Amino acid sequence: MLEIKNLHAKVDGREILNGLDLTIPAGEVHAIMGPNGSGKSTLSYVLAGKDDYEVTDGSVTWKGEDLLAMEPDERAAAGVFLAFQYPMEIPGVATMTFLRSAVNAVRKARGEEEYSTPDFLRTVKEKAKDLKIDMEMLRRPLNVGFSGGEKKRNEILQMSLLEPGLCILDETDSGLDIDALRIVSDGVNALRSPERCMLVITHYQRLLNHIVPDRVHVLSKGRVARSGGPELALELEKSGYADYGDEATAA
Amino acid sequence: MPAVEQTVERVKEIDVDKYKYGFSTDIESVRAPKGLSEDIVRFISAKKGEPGWLLDWRLEAYRRWRTMQEPTWAKVHYPKIDFDDLYYYAAPKSTEGPKSLDEVDPELLRTYEKLGIPLKEQEVLAGVQGAPKVAVDAVFDSVSVVTTFKEELAKAGVIFCSISEAVRTHPELVKKYLGSVVPITDNFYATLNSAVFSDGSFVYVPEGVRCPMELSTYFRINAENTGQFERTLIIADKGAYVSYLEGCTAPMRDENQLHAAVVELVALDDAEIKYSTVQNWYPGDAEGKGGVYNFVTKRGDCRGDRSKISWTQVETGSAITWKYPSCILRGHGSRGEFYSIAISNGYQQVDSGTKMIHLGRDTSSRIISKGIAAGFSDNTYRGLVSAHRKATNARNFTCCDSLLIGDKCGAHTVPYIEAKNASATFEHEATTSKISDDQLFYCLSRGLSEEEAVALIVNGFVRDVLQQLPMEFMAETQKLIGISLEGSVG
Repeated sequence: MLEIKNLHAKVDGREILNGLDLTIPAGEVHAIMGPNGSGKSTLSYVLAGKDDYEVTDGSVTWKGEDLLAMEPDERAAAGVFLAFQYPMEIPGVATMTFLRSAVNAVRKARGEEEYSTPDFLRTVKEKAKDLKIDMEMLRRPLNVGFSGGEKKRNEILQMSLLEPGLCILDETDSGLDIDALRIVSDGVNALRSPERCMLVITHYQRLLNHIVPDRVHVLSKGRVARSGGPELALELEKSGYADYGDEATAA
Repeated sequence: MPAVEQTVERVKEIDVDKYKYGFSTDIESVRAPKGLSEDIVRFISAKKGEPGWLLDWRLEAYRRWRTMQEPTWAKVHYPKIDFDDLYYYAAPKSTEGPKSLDEVDPELLRTYEKLGIPLKEQEVLAGVQGAPKVAVDAVFDSVSVVTTFKEELAKAGVIFCSISEAVRTHPELVKKYLGSVVPITDNFYATLNSAVFSDGSFVYVPEGVRCPMELSTYFRINAENTGQFERTLIIADKGAYVSYLEGCTAPMRDENQLHAAVVELVALDDAEIKYSTVQNWYPGDAEGKGGVYNFVTKRGDCRGDRSKISWTQVETGSAITWKYPSCILRGHGSRGEFYSIAISNGYQQVDSGTKMIHLGRDTSSRIISKGIAAGFSDNTYRGLVSAHRKATNARNFTCCDSLLIGDKCGAHTVPYIEAKNASATFEHEATTSKISDDQLFYCLSRGLSEEEAVALIVNGFVRDVLQQLPMEFMAETQKLIGISLEGSVG
């Protein structure tokens, strides 16, 4: 479904990705782990199409199409979704307004009918309930004054509303307490399906207890240094990233 | 928000120069000869069949104007205007006193149709069930062409007509209040307006009456090389309430058009006037050529105790805007409000703000200004809050926020604060921010296009002010904001 070949990318003139290869078949969840600076977040931004990330070589194919040739909004319409590590605040724009604008923009681009107001409200209510999101939160300006947990739950809510084919979760576990981690993980697991693949980026193994991946890849110096099954994450938990170019070991 | 999606559709409909209202109408007009002299003033006054007192008033203004200098303190730059190279009066030929819509030139009606302004009452009534009625006074070049819902308003005792008509039908009111808020000596442009004003709207709401519908005036400049000088006078008698909205558009012309209007508001004891403006004059093309010079004097006088005047403005058009809707808080316990959204793009220059003059006891005022600068534009907030000696317990809260889009534009805030009474409490807050690339990327990654994203973020930024607009105009304004910022990123 997603095929990344020999991907090289620069940020501010510095090469961060350095020949990365990765293939995720439909229905699978792959985890990306690795020390700080190994290129985990860069990979997520390159896939979502952020401006300052310059691809110098390689290719990314999504459902047979050249992903790198698309604008960020086209990628969203094509089913790519990035759950941000640090979701942005937009003052004055009610979260509900933002959700509706985004959902309708994507539906329109996909040639689907836009939601009517009652249909949209019903859908949001249902999904928000599963994520234990209070409707009051959705009336507040987008991410403004949200706690870490609220922000992450809001990301997962957006993910479920936009019905993506590729879910990229960038350190979704950071800043979450154990209860919030469970709610968010349940939300993500509910979205697992044979038509969808996921790329879960994390520093720590604990998230992978909740979202059990099919494959684990360890990133080092901008490329995949090692791949394995879920047991690889457990091994890393013990040994740390020392073997992968990081002096500080994982806590 | 549906407005965001509609914005983009609207943007697509717009011709290359992005200005939707840029068409001109082929209508025969009667014009006074070019230039300004006592004879032209007499010509205008005669053309309108005015009484002697008004002609004398105009002449006095004209003579004073000849001795005055153009103000140069605003942060705007433009070539000197040759006031002798302008036409001061233009009127559609066929509309000298239409009795009903049937007599109005159909070409004119089509113009307003294109602007989306309903002039046929039945059309308004046939609209969405429960849609609020809005009475409209349409001013084309210098002359009011039609006023709707007059009869229904008259039943409530509300007078809503063109000011020329009011001079004929209610001379006592016009004589009493005209120039009582903005005197003929006030400033260069207001004095010029007093000498040559052609038409505008007149509203009188009698004691204790709550005006049963929104009133609105649509101004349209069509004739070339013609200055437009409207005069609007609104009086809310004791305990009365009225909400009024003006909208403005003009065709695209290579040369600059001069617009120097005067608006006077008078609120007596316990009265309230809510005055909203959606100004969308032609802003000039992408290179900064053409566009309207909008030099406007607007002032409200809270003459009575506990009276209230509220200005809300959405300024998106004009090459140059020079405009400071102000409140004189004369009555004890009176209140003034100013809510402003000023958007500049391309080479537009905006110098706008307000003055809150606290004279009475326990007066309060509130200023919320949101400036958005994009392209190569300059956007200045200039405001004065002053408390005079007797203004015990005067209170003001001011919040000026600026949003920059791109790195070629400028936002400036110039607040003046004067307190001559020690009990005054004045608060001032100001922020300047940019739409960050990260915010934009976040929106794009959720499927919004760049234009939708900017419109969404800006609409969020101006939300506090938008909420002050009458409901009927909010959606339209949100779209206008999106359109004004088209092409501001990327």
